[in-house]
Amino acid sequence: MAAPAQRRIIFQHIDEPGYSNDLACYVRNGGYEVLKKSVTRPPAELIDEVKKSGLRGRGGAGFPCGVKWGLVDRKSGKPIYLIVNADESEPGTFKDRYIMHQDPHQLIEGTMISCFANNVKQAYIYIRGEMPHGARILERAIAEARAAGFVGKNICGTTYSCDIFVHRGAGAYICGEETGLIESLEGKRANPRIKPPYFPAVLGLYQCPTIVNNVETLCHVKYIVEHGGDAFTKVGTPNNTGTRIFCVSGHVQRPGYYEFEAGKITMGQLLYEVCGGPLPGRTFKAVIPGGSSAKILRFGERFKGKRKVGAEMVDYDWGVEDVPMDFDSLGMIGTMGGSGGVIVMDDTVNMVEALANINAFYSHESCGQCTPCREGSLWMKKITTRMVHGQARNEDAALLKSVADQIPGRTICAFGEACSWPTQSFIAKFGDEFKQYPETKKAAKPVGAHELV
Amino acid sequence: MIAPPKPDLVTVNIDGREIAVPKGTNVIEAARLVNVDVPHYCYHPKLTIVGNCRMCLIEMGMPAVDPATKAPIIDPVTGKPKINWIPRPQIGCGTNVSPGLHVKTTSPMVKDAREGVMEFLLINHPLDCPICDQAGECKLQEQSTGYGRGYSRFVEQKNVKPKRTQLGPRVTLDDERCILCSRCIRFSKEIAKDDVLGFVDRGSYSTLTCFPGKQLANNYSLNTVDICPVGALTSTDFRFKMRVWFLKQTNSIDTETSVGANTVVWSREGQIYRLTPRRNDDVNDTWMPDSGRELFKAVMAADRLVATTHLDALVAQAAELFKMNASAGAIAVVGSGRSSVEEQFLTKKLAAALKASTQLVSRVGQGDQLLISADRNPNVRGALVTGLISKLPKVGDATPLSRSTKGAVAAPIRTGGLTDLAASIDAGKVKVVVSIGEDLIAAGLTAAQLANVSVVYLGTHANATSAAAKIVFPTLSVFEKNGTFVNQQFRLQKFAKAVPGPQGATDDLIVLAKLTAAASSAPMASDLGSLWTLISAEVPAFAMTSYAQVPETGLLIDATPFAALPFVEGETLHFKPAAAAVALDS
Repeated sequence: MAAPAQRRIIFQHIDEPGYSNDLACYVRNGGYEVLKKSVTRPPAELIDEVKKSGLRGRGGAGFPCGVKWGLVDRKSGKPIYLIVNADESEPGTFKDRYIMHQDPHQLIEGTMISCFANNVKQAYIYIRGEMPHGARILERAIAEARAAGFVGKNICGTTYSCDIFVHRGAGAYICGEETGLIESLEGKRANPRIKPPYFPAVLGLYQCPTIVNNVETLCHVKYIVEHGGDAFTKVGTPNNTGTRIFCVSGHVQRPGYYEFEAGKITMGQLLYEVCGGPLPGRTFKAVIPGGSSAKILRFGERFKGKRKVGAEMVDYDWGVEDVPMDFDSLGMIGTMGGSGGVIVMDDTVNMVEALANINAFYSHESCGQCTPCREGSLWMKKITTRMVHGQARNEDAALLKSVADQIPGRTICAFGEACSWPTQSFIAKFGDEFKQYPETKKAAKPVGAHELV
Repeated sequence: MIAPPKPDLVTVNIDGREIAVPKGTNVIEAARLVNVDVPHYCYHPKLTIVGNCRMCLIEMGMPAVDPATKAPIIDPVTGKPKINWIPRPQIGCGTNVSPGLHVKTTSPMVKDAREGVMEFLLINHPLDCPICDQAGECKLQEQSTGYGRGYSRFVEQKNVKPKRTQLGPRVTLDDERCILCSRCIRFSKEIAKDDVLGFVDRGSYSTLTCFPGKQLANNYSLNTVDICPVGALTSTDFRFKMRVWFLKQTNSIDTETSVGANTVVWSREGQIYRLTPRRNDDVNDTWMPDSGRELFKAVMAADRLVATTHLDALVAQAAELFKMNASAGAIAVVGSGRSSVEEQFLTKKLAAALKASTQLVSRVGQGDQLLISADRNPNVRGALVTGLISKLPKVGDATPLSRSTKGAVAAPIRTGGLTDLAASIDAGKVKVVVSIGEDLIAAGLTAAQLANVSVVYLGTHANATSAAAKIVFPTLSVFEKNGTFVNQQFRLQKFAKAVPGPQGATDDLIVLAKLTAAASSAPMASDLGSLWTLISAEVPAFAMTSYAQVPETGLLIDATPFAALPFVEGETLHFKPAAAAVALDS
């Protein structure tokens, strides 16, 4: 079956020749029309559209956006804050950066619509510290929008006022965890908060109700409000509405970002047809479908079970190539759609070495607050580093698995899962490779293999 | 089934046992009430909850409810309500009880979680228990024995961190031992209000340190050592001095101010090694000031007074002196707010027998609104209650400043209250002054005034008054005797003898009793049991009390007769001054 065509909603203008990131170009392409209409509508109606749309958060967890907005404590009398999570740091993910670099006004419009819908008077864009260029672009864009009356006082001539500040992050992956982000925004170390009681919707920024949404999610809100929640459900598949941006990296002919309707394209179509398949003379070995913390898939493994299609349950028997790229299908086979970062590895990759790389990242990024993640991530890193650069032992695979099993579900935030799932899945899917690694190390490396640093 | 609880109580089930606990109690404290230990490191009852050590992970669940009828679902097999257990372990510290909450602390999931956390905490810990001061009172030792696996699977290099950072004048930090529980950081910020501690670096390389250019130098810094669950924060003074398991613990009271912080004296073979706070939720919570921890050093000081003459000979000399000045008003007694209730009672008896005037020396400094109050006498209220004095001693105004001995805060303390006595001496009325441990020079009398009278001095350390005194009775420090104090809340609190006094020093009670007997020619009891029979008979506020009945956390007595007095204290941790009070330290 041929791959469907891309459906560019969010990335409509990305890489479009002649399209620039200034206000004039955005307005020329119909920009801020949705905001102008939105501020004349009742806010509750806008929230309803988002609820109807079934939009799921694009930051990684896929939590329904409308539900998130519904949880916000609106009776406390405290101000409600909206934070745009632009701390895109999941390895393998590079979608929000393009929105901010090439189409910042789309984000600003989506943000302002969401602010109006939720009666937010102050929004923050928390942008990753390593994206100074993006921060400058956003600041300029906000200044332009403010001058044009789309941000700040009396938006579009109404009595509604709301400002946006850009806050540059402190250069840590954990700043992307929403409560860690809030701590960082308050000027503290980005130590995620315990939940309960610190659910952002009730006790978020400055202990006020707070909405934290991903960049791409807010851009979707703009589309939903423009076309209606019902229209949005027609894009994608039920419960996986809208489009998804896949950031494909690694050993494919044409890595890059591709926007497709969620669930309408399979992994095989994406990798073989859209991305041109493996490099010459290579074969695919493994793929991580949703950012480096998602569990890895091994080409050649089969997934069997029952799934719901319409009202019926039907059997499925998929290879990795057959898996539809949506939250639910990827969830069913034990991994996740995550942030859409698809990392492809071919047969030149040694899995022990790949895991050593991932573990090095997570041990470096653990905030160090709670014990299992702090100690576990570094221990796993020390084991895999020793295997690669020092003495590999036959029992290391079992030890790695056991260490990884002691982390998830016992930590303050989802980092515990993020740092342990790679190890758990690598061992589960490529256990033999880990057991054989002491011997593999003695042999010559295959041609084209990457030197590890 | 138990009876329906009172409205402010919620019933929870911990390991199969039902218990009603107040709303807002967390699961660790609720479990404590049924003697179930939930191991933890970062949780401290007096600090905010951060839930970062993950040691208190336990299994929790709520009764299943039929969504249609809202009725509890009954398990057909057991006949008990079906419990929906949360699939992941939850932290006990961060979870407050809710009606019907079920908790399992012994399930395989909990055991596994604890073993995991213990292993993680130990992999980068130096395991230098043989040379670690915390050994013997280390939570890491106790809980790894209780809940750990007992072997190590760690073959990598341990992290290397600074081994002996001097965080401040009194606290030394070993970062390798630190388990990053953040108790010390929270204490400094929330209790001491001196936000100087923080972590630098990330992940397992996180390191506790002071902020640049800052020191952990506040007068509560040693509390961080107490609450450190491991041997990371150590007292620079106590470090490497003594194994804690050799030390005897004796309950005592911090005598530096009228707060009366409850303390423990740690001693071995007659020598005191350290003082630590003792938990009293109504007085000092679990804290005490650093300055109070150094008081024991005076016990071994070189200038301790000891007698070379037999006590009875000294008493005979004093009796002679009293006899020669038998006219009313010829003798003045300077009592002390540092004396125990029993001593003050006997001082009053002595003064009555001598027909002497009584006065008290006041000590007033700056309060810190925590555990240092403006009144630096521990027992002024005892003097009021026993009737030794009827009004508060005058605050020293024109008196010289004396400095607190070796305390951390050398804030000036105004010592005084003897202006009336000075006038009487100058008028030639007073011929003999009996001072109960008070340095009269420091309290405002001049050397010339002192030269005009015969001084009988009862005291522990040499000073200008003991040098000028005609008769000196060496007595005991608070660590060497038993007694009670009445703190600023009118709370009667006991202290006990931790170490024997030096040869040649006598218990103040014995000296006072013998002097009183000599002056009145009638025997006087000097043991606490008999004394308290007298005290409870004569002092209305103590009518229903005996020494043995005073609980370790103290006993509040009736303060209404003294409500109108202008006490000098401002607010402290668990004390609010009456509206009429003159708060000098606000």
